[in-house]
Amino acid sequence: MRRKTIIAAAAALALAPLAACGNGAEADTGGTVTVFAAASLTEAFTEIGAQFEAEHDGVKVEFNFAGSSDLAAQITEGAPADVFASADESNMDKVVEAGAAAEPETFALNQLVIAVPEGNPDGVTGLGDLAGLDFAACATEVPCGSAAQTALDGTGLTPVTYEADVKSTLQRLLLGEVDAALVYRTDAIAAGTDVDGIEFPESAAALNTYPIAALEDAPNPELAAAFAAHVLSDDAQSVLETAGFQRP
Amino acid sequence: MNATTPEGLDAHLVVERGAFRIDLRLHVAPGETVALLGPNGAGKTTALRALAGLEALTDGHIALNGAVLDGAACSTVPPEDRRIGVVFQDYLLFPHLTAIDNVAFGPRRRGTGRAEARALASAWLDRVGLAGFGKRRPKQLSGGQAQRVALARALAADPALLLLDEPLAALDARTRLDTRAELHRHLAEHTGPAIVVTHDPVDALMLADRLVVVEDGRAVQEGDAESVTARPRTDYIARLVGLNLYRGKASGTAIRLDSGAVLTAAEALEGEAFAAFPPSAVALYRSEPDGSPRNTWEATVAGVHRHGDHLRVQLDGPLRAAADVTPAAAAQLGLEPGQRIWAAVKATEIRAYPA
Amino acid sequence: MTASNTKPAKRKRQSRRVPAALLAPAVIGLAFLILPLAGLLARTPWAELPARLAEPEMLAALRLSLLTATAATALSLLFGVPIAWLLARGDFPGRSVLRALVTVPLVLPPVVGGVALLLVFGRNGIIGSWLYDRFDITIPFTTTAVILAMTFVSMPFLVVSVEGALRGADLRFEEAAATLGAGRWTVFTHVTLPMVAPGVLAGAVLCWARALGEFGATITFAGNFPGRTQTMPLAVYLALQTDLEAAIVLSLILLAVSVIVLASLRDRWTATP
Repeated sequence: MRRKTIIAAAAALALAPLAACGNGAEADTGGTVTVFAAASLTEAFTEIGAQFEAEHDGVKVEFNFAGSSDLAAQITEGAPADVFASADESNMDKVVEAGAAAEPETFALNQLVIAVPEGNPDGVTGLGDLAGLDFAACATEVPCGSAAQTALDGTGLTPVTYEADVKSTLQRLLLGEVDAALVYRTDAIAAGTDVDGIEFPESAAALNTYPIAALEDAPNPELAAAFAAHVLSDDAQSVLETAGFQRP
Repeated sequence: MNATTPEGLDAHLVVERGAFRIDLRLHVAPGETVALLGPNGAGKTTALRALAGLEALTDGHIALNGAVLDGAACSTVPPEDRRIGVVFQDYLLFPHLTAIDNVAFGPRRRGTGRAEARALASAWLDRVGLAGFGKRRPKQLSGGQAQRVALARALAADPALLLLDEPLAALDARTRLDTRAELHRHLAEHTGPAIVVTHDPVDALMLADRLVVVEDGRAVQEGDAESVTARPRTDYIARLVGLNLYRGKASGTAIRLDSGAVLTAAEALEGEAFAAFPPSAVALYRSEPDGSPRNTWEATVAGVHRHGDHLRVQLDGPLRAAADVTPAAAAQLGLEPGQRIWAAVKATEIRAYPA
Repeated sequence: MTASNTKPAKRKRQSRRVPAALLAPAVIGLAFLILPLAGLLARTPWAELPARLAEPEMLAALRLSLLTATAATALSLLFGVPIAWLLARGDFPGRSVLRALVTVPLVLPPVVGGVALLLVFGRNGIIGSWLYDRFDITIPFTTTAVILAMTFVSMPFLVVSVEGALRGADLRFEEAAATLGAGRWTVFTHVTLPMVAPGVLAGAVLCWARALGEFGATITFAGNFPGRTQTMPLAVYLALQTDLEAAIVLSLILLAVSVIVLASLRDRWTATP
């Protein structure tokens, strides 16, 4: 109980400007749909949002990109969101348990790859080649870290650093401080030509599932449902695939 | 005065800082104490700092017992290598050290072992009458005690030259009396040259063998206490010793002052001369006196104030002078500012000497 | 110490009235500083505390934090006091520019400071690449990196504090020491330093406290590895990802330890007359 009040306060602070926007636009004929989406979806969802706005005249899509756990906390404390797209199932489960969403649907999968510098100077072809190399992974507290831990279990390999999120894990590689990094395929692709992503079979055991749900208390329930449905459409799915996600 | 004597201090101090300049020649023999006496801002402290090496010379030289410490031709010896002890005006005892550690500071720096330095310091504290005060911090000492610790600290370093900057200025009148007598004893025991800077003539007279009067960075008069006080050569020193002083041209016993007035002295003299007489030599009358006094003039009372157990009357007129009268006499004369009055001084009371 | 009467008797100081114009903002300011702490205390799951205290990972992080913050303070003293002396006493062109540069880490977001350290000491950094090629030494992801990051962000606190103390110190005491035969180094060690000791101490305390709470530069430059580079603030941050209450407990432990250390040091220092 107590904990909720704290998070509510934090959420209220974080959402103050956003809430103001949402309320102002409500009177419009088209209306505004407010989407809370995991940070890893930033590029893909921005494009999907543009598609949705083009298809729905006068409709505006507002995004709040942040870590899934932060978003889940904000939603359960009553933040005025229409749609929640999470980077993992556990955060979506929290929202469902709190009664804020029902029947989430998986719209994308993300897989870990071994990111190496362009041209793969160390000739990495699989997890085994990481022995003797300095590599970075996410901390087990965050989704990409739990996936990495699952993959690394039993291999005896240890990263030199457990980063707080996937972006800073990749940053280690880009700065040349490590020889390799365990990141999502989408992040390796987003990094462009500086980074090559090496697929490895163990990652199949640690797939990350992205669920989406229209929220129960959505200020704009019709648009919420429409947006969630759009994300599952072929148009949106091809955007996600380009970004490196896999179809469920 | 022999500039070539290797023993003692031989210095020609020239320090320029902007418009301020001192140019001072000093010779102090071993065992001799010289007082630099002068008003505030005369450059006494600057001279002292130059001797200690805390202020660079613009020109001139400093030689101590034959060794040149500073001079145009050679490199300056830094203060830590000069072996010059300084008692600073506000003592500057190190607040983080006890009295004994303050005194032991100098010997320690000169390479004495810790135990030996402490024994030496303890002995010095004994000598200045502060046995048992060794463990006190400067904050826990009275002004007089702090002064004595500062003296002990300077002497314990076995200085070749001892400098004291206004050593008694910070003390109250009563402490000052005792401390002055004691300081005099220590200065007498000190075998090297010593210089005391002071603006207090009593300190200068009591502590020093010789006085050097400094005004505007220059020595204006030099000599033993008697000659300086008896024959002042500047208004400053005349005021200090409480004399009325005039300058004029002597022709026999008559001295024609620059103001036009003429004073008659007992001794005859020719040429530029000073004439001086004490305020107590001035007699005041309501009407022109007749009889013996040769020097009689009419004056205006400019002011009256208490001075010790008598009253000092400031006289305006052809001869500005101070006169001392008893309260009884003042009552009888009914003195008040603006009043016309007659003043007289006997010729035998007037000291005349060449300028 | 002898039982002499030299110690000033402890007197009860008469309570002086504080002007309302000072009291009101002081009380508001204190409330602002203390209430968040009270908030943390109110939300602390005390029952979890003993279990948390026994966790080896927590103990490792706490040990590492205390060790690295102390090492960073020592480094800051070693290099910061001379810097402060130079800034306060040195007479050279560009001194004010240098002073501004020294305070850069105070303004720089610590995360940027961490990146800047990587650019110098990282595997591709100006110095780091040479160390790596020549001696096969990598600094990032080591405890050394944690200490360097802490020193970078906390040394300015020491420098600013000591410089202020040096500027306030009366130079005439140093002159007095010189006339007693003390060379420049002896003057510094025997007179200057003891006289500015309170300023050095205040600076060291600030420096240590800042180092203890250091997060941004550490996680950026040193990474996060339990027992090696995971200090308490990093552990708190990661705990915050999953478990708010755990994060609060960890913060409180860090807070309590630092308060105990600082309070006991202060008692010790003020005990000497």
